[in-house]
Amino acid sequence: MTAVHDQTVVLRYFAWLREKTGLNEERLALPAEIVTVGDLLNWQPTRGHPFDLAFAKPEAIRVALDHAHAKPGAAIAGAREIAFFPPVTGG
Amino acid sequence: MAVRVSTSDFDISAEMARLTNADTGVGGVALFVGKVRDHKDGEALTELVLEHYPGMTEAELERIEAEAQRRFDLSASLVVHRVGSLKPGDNIVLVIACASHRQNAFAAAEFLMDYLKTRAPFWKKEVLASGESHWVDARESDDEAAAAWQTAKR
Repeated sequence: MTAVHDQTVVLRYFAWLREKTGLNEERLALPAEIVTVGDLLNWQPTRGHPFDLAFAKPEAIRVALDHAHAKPGAAIAGAREIAFFPPVTGG
Repeated sequence: MAVRVSTSDFDISAEMARLTNADTGVGGVALFVGKVRDHKDGEALTELVLEHYPGMTEAELERIEAEAQRRFDLSASLVVHRVGSLKPGDNIVLVIACASHRQNAFAAAEFLMDYLKTRAPFWKKEVLASGESHWVDARESDDEAAAAWQTAKR
């Protein structure tokens, strides 16, 4: 198998991130230089409006890779679905 | 062992009977019900909207429940969480923990709630009588309660 660098993923947004981005989800190819969850959080606000506003405080945003919580240092390689959301408030 | 996400209310007696009728080895059942308060910082609350992440919610609740089972040797357990539009007085969440003895049942119910509140992907939006609405902020005290279990003896 040849090396494949295509990082086509589904990005999903919840709660106020869904409202601020105006998106439930989107499918896109991530730039190859995005390796970790932290890279992704820093990249989002560089996409322009409305992502600059929605991701103005990346430290306040939580990320899940394929339905599991992920820390900023986690590698995103292989993830098919990446979700962004505020700290959870159920119960 | 079961988790469920639902827009409709739950029947506490029926859920408890389902867990305990088949197992007479159960000696203690601890049950917690979370409900919608009618106020927020002195202002009347008219609606609570619960959003969640289908797929991850169930996966995370199952992970939390498996951890409770491992720590507290539960005979049976149940987590039911409602989503959608709720009104003051409505039930939000039901946790039932069944064990041979009460200590494990009590502890497991508390553990399940502490972990659910910090890990299960639910988000609350409060609608006040003034018409204003806002997303609820996560509480540091909830994080501390969940973290305390990591340094607990078991």
